[in-house]
Amino acid sequence: MGDIEKSKIEDIARAQQEWEEKNKASRIEKKYTSTGIGIKPLYTPADVPDLDYLRDIGFPGDYPMVRGGHPLGYRTKLWVTRQYAGFGTAAESNQRFKYLAKEGNTGLNIAFDLVTQMGLDSDNPEIEEEVGRVGVAIDSLEDMEVLFDGIPLDKVSTAFTINATAPIIIAMYYVTAEKQGVSPDKLGGTVQNDNLKEYFSRGAFIFPVQPTMRMTADLFEFCSKVIPKYIPVSVCGYHIRESGATSVQEIAFAFLNAIAYIENALSRGLDIDSFAPRLSFNFATLMGFFEEIAKYRAARRIWARILRDRFGAKDPKSWRMLYIAGSTGGSFTRRQPDCNVIRGAIETLASIISGAQASATHTKDEGHTIPTPEAQIIALRTQQLIAYETDVPNTIDPLAGSYFVESLTNEMEKQIEATMAEVEANGGIIKAIEEGWVQRLLMRQAYEDRRKVELGERPLIGENMFVMEEEKETVALHYADPKWVQEQIRRVRALKERRDNARVKETLDALGRAARGKGNIMYPLIDAVRAYATLGEMTAVLKEVFGEFKEPVNIF
Amino acid sequence: MARSNAPIRVLVAKPGLDGHDRGAKVVAKAFVEAGMEVIYTGLHQTVDQIVAAAVQEDVDVVGLSIMSGAYMGYTRRVMERLRDQKADDKLVVVGGVIPAAHVPALKEFGVNEVFLPGTRLDDIIDYVKGKIGPR
Repeated sequence: MGDIEKSKIEDIARAQQEWEEKNKASRIEKKYTSTGIGIKPLYTPADVPDLDYLRDIGFPGDYPMVRGGHPLGYRTKLWVTRQYAGFGTAAESNQRFKYLAKEGNTGLNIAFDLVTQMGLDSDNPEIEEEVGRVGVAIDSLEDMEVLFDGIPLDKVSTAFTINATAPIIIAMYYVTAEKQGVSPDKLGGTVQNDNLKEYFSRGAFIFPVQPTMRMTADLFEFCSKVIPKYIPVSVCGYHIRESGATSVQEIAFAFLNAIAYIENALSRGLDIDSFAPRLSFNFATLMGFFEEIAKYRAARRIWARILRDRFGAKDPKSWRMLYIAGSTGGSFTRRQPDCNVIRGAIETLASIISGAQASATHTKDEGHTIPTPEAQIIALRTQQLIAYETDVPNTIDPLAGSYFVESLTNEMEKQIEATMAEVEANGGIIKAIEEGWVQRLLMRQAYEDRRKVELGERPLIGENMFVMEEEKETVALHYADPKWVQEQIRRVRALKERRDNARVKETLDALGRAARGKGNIMYPLIDAVRAYATLGEMTAVLKEVFGEFKEPVNIF
Repeated sequence: MARSNAPIRVLVAKPGLDGHDRGAKVVAKAFVEAGMEVIYTGLHQTVDQIVAAAVQEDVDVVGLSIMSGAYMGYTRRVMERLRDQKADDKLVVVGGVIPAAHVPALKEFGVNEVFLPGTRLDDIIDYVKGKIGPR
């Protein structure tokens, strides 16, 4: 039974049908969301006949959280602008962070180079050209100290985009905070630490699934007990979407991963309400404006239900789905790159209307190069324009009550839950990853999507519509100074000579013993970090104990 | 490249530490759909692993996908190693986020063609078929 009485709904449904017939609404071209949900030209109360406001929508901060996790939304706290940045050496990146902060960036989102993400040291000759390339190079505590020089860790909210080596980076962060005199209970921030999606979306995996899940639990436990303000995971639908998932699958697979992390943490004896309020998500917003907004609203409803009913969380803060969302690099084009500024604005606007807690807008030069400072400023200004010049932040969940948005929210909810149920019925997400099922699905969909673009079935300005002949490349290029690489290699070599190597060996041996045993590896990692063991050395010890993930490649 | 009537054999490879494989997989799938035999290396391959696979699998085409900005070094080293192995008769194509200004340098290393983001799959297939010739 909905808010509007049944006879009224029937009247409206009849009138709607008459209107559709009179205007030949069934003869116009059919439209669909990217997931294939049919979109009507007009919605009325008859499209949400059972809507019960108090039951289905409610108030922000209250169950079922559809309108948002924070009671007063942006009226008490604007979203955090979290532009993704990092390159070269720690010293170079430190300067870039300060520059972005001066320009009004309110939170850091640190990009690490692939060498750091994959657990190697910069002096490894096989990967020299990757040092400092797509992010900052971090080899040891020494680099972390430089990275945060002059940045007070109790005041600045920092996100780390790091996964397989997350426990090592957090150990370094913890010791850096300690050296700054910041007490552990004041240490905030977020670490991505979502390794399941690495296996089927982002590709920065190192260890097999089981030991990875064990280290994830170690990190959850450490955060919960030692740095309670710190957010130990940002579950990424973003990369899943970028790999070819639909908006429905993006949420469904991310939630399945999140459930796996929760069960993992519960198996350590952690209380659900001790960590669930600090679970967070990272999602992709594409150009399907209303579909994306409905997706987030539906996801909040589902997440609240999972946490309250499936896991028995009592604290309302555990029921909130908190997330970062802005734009999506994969929706950007190489051609006519200035159009990406507009795509970034539309996608970020949808993310903010949907109620994201943090946002990152991509740079227009995505398809050409690593972002230049000029492109980063335009991306940051996109968010600031929405924050300060528009009236969008003034009211919470402003599209609630739209017949269309509520109807689409309900439909997205149904489809997300059905997708989750299907994977769970077939043995769960970890089995789907290890067998390559999910990789195959995303690959096939990515291929089909590309074909749709090439056939003109999915409009993409500059690619299949309004293509400009003889387009000149006008994008400025990121400058990577070869001196940064040499400097980083020199630094890590000098460190390996200078430090107390007997102490390093002791701590690495202890790490190996802990990895073979059952104890929490965060503590031996912190000891090794303090002794200035390198990230590559610590990872090598863990690889020796745990082995490496074997990627399923026969998926075509 | 002497086998007649046999399908074109392509190695699709991801050199280095880059995990962005959507493009590589989409192109690999397009090659499969076009009737070619595809060997996909998976992620995180060293230059030596890629060259060894190219030789061992006796492929006609080597496709490198590089989204990490490290295209110069990896491409140069793959070409050098292919020459060392006397396997430089293979068609080598590169795809990825690469500034157009850097394409001539890659071709100087001996790469036959570079495909930038937004390239049509059929253009890539036609290029490969045109170069390897009818079977």
